[in-house]
Amino acid sequence: MELEFTTRTTFDKVGTRPPRPDGTDKVTGRALYGADLAGADMLVGKVLRSPHAHARILAIDTSRARALPGVKAVVTRDDFPDIGPEGTVKGEVEENLWDVARNVMARDKALYEGHAVAAVAATSTAVARQALKLIDITWQVLPHVTDVDEAMRPGAPLVHEDMITAGMDPAPEEPSNIAEYTRIEMGDIEAGFAAADVVVEQTFRTEAAHQGYIEPHACVASASEDGVAELWCCTQGHFSVRDMCANILGMDLASLRVTSSEIGGGFGGKTTVFLEPVALLLSRQSGRPVKMTMSRDEVFRASGPTSSTSITARIGATRDGRITACDASFRYQGGAFAGSPVGYGAVCGMAPYDCPNVDLHCYDVVVNRPKAAAYRAPGAPMAAFAIESLLDEIACKLDIDPVELRLRNAVKEGASSVYGPTFGTIGFVECLEAARDHPSLEAAPGPNQARGIAAGFWPNYGGQTSVTVNVNNDGTVLVSLGTPDIGGSRASMCLMAAEELQIPYERVKAIIADTSALGHNDTTGGSRVTHSAGLATIAASRKVIDTMKRRAAAVWDIDVDAVVWDQGCVRPSGANAGDHEPLTFDAIAAMAPATGGPIAGHAEINAEGAGASFAVHVCDLEVDPETGRVTVLRYLAVQDAGKAIHPDYVEGQYQGGVAQGIGWALNEEYIYGSDGILQNPGFLDYRIPVASDLPMIDTVIVEVPNPGHPYGVRGVGETPIVPPLAAVANAVSRAIGQRMTETPMSPPRILAAIDQAP
Amino acid sequence: MIDVRLGATLRSMAGGRESFPVEAGTVGQVLKRLQGAYPELSPVLHRGVAVAIDGRIYRDSLLQPVPDGAEVYLMPRVAGG
Repeated sequence: MELEFTTRTTFDKVGTRPPRPDGTDKVTGRALYGADLAGADMLVGKVLRSPHAHARILAIDTSRARALPGVKAVVTRDDFPDIGPEGTVKGEVEENLWDVARNVMARDKALYEGHAVAAVAATSTAVARQALKLIDITWQVLPHVTDVDEAMRPGAPLVHEDMITAGMDPAPEEPSNIAEYTRIEMGDIEAGFAAADVVVEQTFRTEAAHQGYIEPHACVASASEDGVAELWCCTQGHFSVRDMCANILGMDLASLRVTSSEIGGGFGGKTTVFLEPVALLLSRQSGRPVKMTMSRDEVFRASGPTSSTSITARIGATRDGRITACDASFRYQGGAFAGSPVGYGAVCGMAPYDCPNVDLHCYDVVVNRPKAAAYRAPGAPMAAFAIESLLDEIACKLDIDPVELRLRNAVKEGASSVYGPTFGTIGFVECLEAARDHPSLEAAPGPNQARGIAAGFWPNYGGQTSVTVNVNNDGTVLVSLGTPDIGGSRASMCLMAAEELQIPYERVKAIIADTSALGHNDTTGGSRVTHSAGLATIAASRKVIDTMKRRAAAVWDIDVDAVVWDQGCVRPSGANAGDHEPLTFDAIAAMAPATGGPIAGHAEINAEGAGASFAVHVCDLEVDPETGRVTVLRYLAVQDAGKAIHPDYVEGQYQGGVAQGIGWALNEEYIYGSDGILQNPGFLDYRIPVASDLPMIDTVIVEVPNPGHPYGVRGVGETPIVPPLAAVANAVSRAIGQRMTETPMSPPRILAAIDQAP
Repeated sequence: MIDVRLGATLRSMAGGRESFPVEAGTVGQVLKRLQGAYPELSPVLHRGVAVAIDGRIYRDSLLQPVPDGAEVYLMPRVAGG
């Protein structure tokens, strides 16, 4: 990348808390979400979903549905081109498109209850629903499996009859539900355990949790007869939606324009496609715009929750609290398709600690459930639940303060990470010290109360990003971004542009441009946007400054080297520069038409240098021994942000991750019946936390600048959800005197654990 | 000479070997020469990798210079939610 910089530490605007630019429209209801878009002559699209957990589709007869008045299009597997099983398409698409295409519409088999098997477009919702009932499908119901451990057993029903486990040497001769095996080894595991004075071991299980975004998936597709199409949708990455839809449907990228709506939450769950290719096909077939929206029931049954897991882990330590060895078996199901986040989950669990001997076995398993999707720090919270619980067990056995135990083992700059590379500048120790010194730790827990400590890690990344900074003739600035704003990025980009250009924040506005307006942008996810779009915004702003310097120098008829940028003005500099009044940003903007035309800066980058992020959480709670109900009394989230561009949003990320993590820890779970049918596809029975379930979540923003960013930014969105499962579990375990090893820690489970306590 | 090492999660895909020396000046050259010299790395390279140079992670940056003697790791591509 062209941008050269030294990370700065003093700021004028960055680090302040101006009002959020999207706030007014959101609180007044004016903001347009996915389902708010409409077009003339628009049809309603609906999906027919499998009622079976696993069934072969012997025949689909749509003739009765097509004959229904008001039905304008019907699509099935026969309408999708065969893109071949070559796996991930290179380029910007990170997912295996063969799998995505089959998840969007079932082919030979329905692989889970809720799997799409046909779709209709009709003149009304009522007609569309009636048409779905008229589609005749001949099923051959097959045995199913929804539990990860059961799916791994010999003789389990096979989700894919031809799946041979990758990564095993020699390769198995028989198919199984284990898509891939990965082993992560470091040091001498036997010697590590031999050196331990204390060894703890447990098996942990976590149930699948949904991201719980309030806005269901929605889109409007409009395909023209000439092969060009437009798509409006709620997504974390409209460029990726474009690429996936185009690849699945055999379109070229220039023929599909995608606009992202405002987004009512994503958390990783809106990084792929479900309805969008179907809506495009329905529109292409009908010749009219088609709107599709998921019901909440469909969101649960057919979009992507996170994996459920089963983890057996063992950790050894010396009596002074030094970790000597860790071995573990991580078993993650990714739904009906390969690709659970088991590998990164496993390494993230141990990444905070300087452990010389590691042996981790990772199993990516398929089951008859919806294809898992990303959920903040994919795979890491479950691994941290296991590892951080065992560390708490060691702290109890050795009578060492849990923060102190982690300080004795914390990775620092120069340490080798468990995934390979050496850590650069990181702030884990600073987070632990901030947690240790926080006033909330002075409160002594009362009866039936306890405190749980846990840490978390996510590596972060940068990725491809395009930004345009346009200067208007009145001196206002418009920043065009290609990364949907799910966490305050418009405000952060405005602050960074204002900081670079040295103009008031209020003079800068930001929009999310469509896929035809900018170069490719990777999806908003992985905590990458404030880092990467920030880099691009800064680079584009500096190009604006360069242009303004050239314009001023030309007006003064002096060399550009004889001018400087200072406090939002161009000033002459040096003995031979002459005596000129400084030209302000506004003055140069006003002169733009007469000095060469519009002034704009562009940056198209592949951002590198994302800094790793660490967090430490402290949970104080009380367990009612009569009912098993848990009340979270206090919660502290400490995390290294590198530099908080807009601290309100950073704190919001910390608090949001904690709220979701507490829900996952205490209440949230996918409940399957013995028939493989999801029993709780709605917010009444799948209980996410509401405000009255949560305390005020206290935050501490640690700032250890990331040298890979001009302002020191580290991504902050993933890490906050890594520690809460373990922090809550450690507190509950200490409160009841019995180690909790399964989520959700619902009242029945807690009462059962109390009954088992010695 | 660059001593390219496999990140922990990739080692089992390449028969457990950890270190792969190549002569290269950029990330692109590293990947191309690994492909030619070490057929056992094909599964790793085929699925796409990130490259960590002295602790900094690069995705798709084929032109990124690799200093002689740098610590170089191939890693799975990081995504997120």
